[in-house]
Amino acid sequence: MKIKSPKDFWAGVMFMGFGLFFMIWAMIYYQMGTAVRMGPAYFPTVLGGLCALLGGIVLFGSFAIEGPPVPEFSYRPLILISVGCVLYGYLMKPLGLVGATAALVYVSALGGHEFNWKEVTILYVILMAFSWLVFVKGLTLPFPVWPDFMGG
Amino acid sequence: MEIFHNLWIGFQVAVIPINVMYCFIGVILGTLIGVLPGIGPVATIAMLLPITFNLNPVAALIMLAGIYYGAQYGGSTTAILVNIPGESSSVVTCLDGYQMARQGRAGPALAIAALGSFFAGCVATLIIAVAAPPLAEVALKFGPSEYFSLMVFGLVAATVLAHGSLIKAIAMVLLGLLLGLVGTDVNSGVLRFTFGVPELSDGIGFVIVAMGMFGTAEIISNLELKDQREIFTSKVTHLYPTKQDLKDSWAAVLRGTALGSALGILPGGGALLASFGAYTLEKKVSKHPERFGKGAIEGVAGPESANNAGAQTSFIPMLTLGIPSNAVMALMIGALMIQGIAPGPQVMNEKPELFWGLIASMWVGNLMLVVLNLPMIGMWVKLLTVPYRYLYPSILVFMAIGVFSLSNNAFDVLIMAIFGMLGYVCVKLECEPAPMILGFILGPLMEENLRRAMLLSRGDPTVFFTKPISCGFMIASFILLVVVALPAIRAKREEVFVEE
Repeated sequence: MKIKSPKDFWAGVMFMGFGLFFMIWAMIYYQMGTAVRMGPAYFPTVLGGLCALLGGIVLFGSFAIEGPPVPEFSYRPLILISVGCVLYGYLMKPLGLVGATAALVYVSALGGHEFNWKEVTILYVILMAFSWLVFVKGLTLPFPVWPDFMGG
Repeated sequence: MEIFHNLWIGFQVAVIPINVMYCFIGVILGTLIGVLPGIGPVATIAMLLPITFNLNPVAALIMLAGIYYGAQYGGSTTAILVNIPGESSSVVTCLDGYQMARQGRAGPALAIAALGSFFAGCVATLIIAVAAPPLAEVALKFGPSEYFSLMVFGLVAATVLAHGSLIKAIAMVLLGLLLGLVGTDVNSGVLRFTFGVPELSDGIGFVIVAMGMFGTAEIISNLELKDQREIFTSKVTHLYPTKQDLKDSWAAVLRGTALGSALGILPGGGALLASFGAYTLEKKVSKHPERFGKGAIEGVAGPESANNAGAQTSFIPMLTLGIPSNAVMALMIGALMIQGIAPGPQVMNEKPELFWGLIASMWVGNLMLVVLNLPMIGMWVKLLTVPYRYLYPSILVFMAIGVFSLSNNAFDVLIMAIFGMLGYVCVKLECEPAPMILGFILGPLMEENLRRAMLLSRGDPTVFFTKPISCGFMIASFILLVVVALPAIRAKREEVFVEE
């Protein structure tokens, strides 16, 4: 058996994985109930089963029908953009808006094609000022502005 | 004439200065993000949702609606001048609009796009005013089985209208439905698929999923491409179309408006499908199809009218049935719920000022767009010279602030990043995110209605086929599926989307 359509192959694997996971998890941990009084497991089991079934069809088809390869992943932006967002969230409380925005702007800028310290710093200062004016002053959202150790 | 009375109420609400101001902010923001590639109305509206909490419901909805149809105007500017669709619904406008710009006819192309959109917007506003009340009347009689079948129909339509493989689109809907079930089960109080994470007990926020799938995923994909833009700024000299241009395009505007209005109402429809449909139609009916792709003005007039008409009529199912037909409408429902208004057919009777005010504001907004946009084209084009390396960190900062402010919780931002990665993988595997988002919103609603319907029928599943309205939806869904699966139609459907 040779995979003729890698895109469909991996899509099939993904759907089967998700579908089976939801179905089996629901069947083990939640109550099925009856058609009249459906328990919490009923709907996810049916949906998960259907999802896995369709995934199986796509997977099966990938051995029969010719298709394009999966395009190369660009791991650099994928990882840096995601990490930047996560850092923003988790640094907000300890480091305040000033620190969190810095982390997001610098890390995500590293994910681009070119990185210029001066440009990124100017961008950071502008974005910081804008966030502070609009969100903290204007909309009075309760963000800590300065890091914890500087007295919030 | 009741409709005029209603529209009169609406206009009284829409022209209150504060509402005019929010309408203005909405359309300007909409045009702005429409001009900028890489950020669409879904991500923008999602970012602004937390802010609308502080506004009154009418102003909030007027502003959010303005963003959606404003983006349709802005998207065409970029498509014509730079050959980059600022919005996915402007993809087909690139084909002929950019060619016109290269021939030095950028002005007429922009003007006809704006005028066509304005005409379409006016007609679509009237259609909503006429069609919504009777639809809401019918919807008030819907029971759980009718609602369930309607949602099945909506999801089927969404998969049929998505491009790429039909099976993958259905699987994406199912995946969305499953993810929508995460959280506390309303009937039993059981925590489902929360894996001991307390933040998940309320479910995954729709706004967060939308920002991940449409926001961060989009940015990551964009970063793969190099910045390459060629701009025709100097060539926008005479704005007004010639007599010949007008003669060539008026029929296309009419056809685009009609087709766009019809496709907008369909679940899963909206601006994107309308523009593709209209371009194909124009090419079909033209006596000189060979002119298309070489600067035919009909190829700009038709799709641009259609996408604006579709953007507006897609409000009909949301306003009358409380069911979103696309991701933008789902966010509108989110905005209503933030304000404590349960979306559905009762909104029209209980809050006429909200309903009619929103509709009238669309007309006001369209007028603003056509008056403001033509003189401001120069400014929008300048904006395009801002390189993407400044834009995307800014977009990320606003998304992160928006998500974080939902509940002041870092976990939400983590979820957004995870859905961003999932969205990127889906793009790579050619799985459309739009059907998934629709499934995600409808998941809990569908389960609820399915349970109630089965309880009422004492476990008899034939209830969906013995009630006439419900049966009608089921048959329609079935026919749609079969029709699309037919080889001949499948080839056609692919052809429509291959145009890009």
